[in-house]
Amino acid sequence: MNVTKYLILSAILFTIGVFGIFLNRKNVIIILMSIELILLSVNINFVSFSHHFGDVTGQIFTFFVLAVAAAEAAIGLAILVTFFRNRSTIDVEEIDTLKG
Amino acid sequence: MVADFIFYIFAIVTVVAALGVVTVRNPVHSVMLLVLTFFTTAAIFVLLGAEFLAAILVMVYMGAVAILFLFVVMMLDVDFIALRRGAVKHLPFGIVVGLLILLELVIVSLGYHEPSGEVIGIVANVSNTMAIGQEMYTRFIYPFELASLILLVAIIGAIVLTLQERSTAKRQSIEGQLARRREETVTLIKVATGEGATKP
Repeated sequence: MNVTKYLILSAILFTIGVFGIFLNRKNVIIILMSIELILLSVNINFVSFSHHFGDVTGQIFTFFVLAVAAAEAAIGLAILVTFFRNRSTIDVEEIDTLKG
Repeated sequence: MVADFIFYIFAIVTVVAALGVVTVRNPVHSVMLLVLTFFTTAAIFVLLGAEFLAAILVMVYMGAVAILFLFVVMMLDVDFIALRRGAVKHLPFGIVVGLLILLELVIVSLGYHEPSGEVIGIVANVSNTMAIGQEMYTRFIYPFELASLILLVAIIGAIVLTLQERSTAKRQSIEGQLARRREETVTLIKVATGEGATKP
């Protein structure tokens, strides 16, 4: 079983995710979606090696990645909704109240 | 080989859809393309023999997370055109960084050598779901419980963040109910026959 093609697909997805963060630097929703893409590419990597070695541990780790990603999406979108209620924008450059 | 051919079809659809997620103007289309990306990835998981994960990906990601994104995109009245302004300024930098990352990852992937010797495999005559269950509830029981805790924190956090107290809402006042005395609220009146009761 040749694992390289899965690794390259995963690398391309990861790159698209990083590229998406650069391209949509103002829009938090697209940034969150790009993070989902990055986590998905990590999952492809885990599952392909799990298949490659015939060991199910990689698939179990993928579950934990999925759980954390779902929690992150829920919390991130909740923060986004709260921020929009207060400031009526989701521009990342407007989120500077803490002067960080 | 047929499996290779199917893999390349799904891989191309995945990459094109993922590119669409980050480049299309309409965020609703973006979410729909994200759903397509998840779906084709689930198909690739099936090719890799991870059927249970594929089912979870379809149910949890396409059914819950993507719909959550869709709800937020549709609920918020955001001027998405204004958010795209100035994106071209970051484009060359993004392309350079992205290409560097891709180059490094591909070099690492191509440099991967199969380990010499026999790899330890799991029992082959057990279905994928059963194999995951057997590992998950024995060796990985504590991480599994920890994952449930993370999801609980996410539930509570999301509710606490988005709950709005409305002043007009009617609520139960438990202390008011408990502080009531019989003498303050109940009066017994003797009503004579033929005459109505009057307010004391």
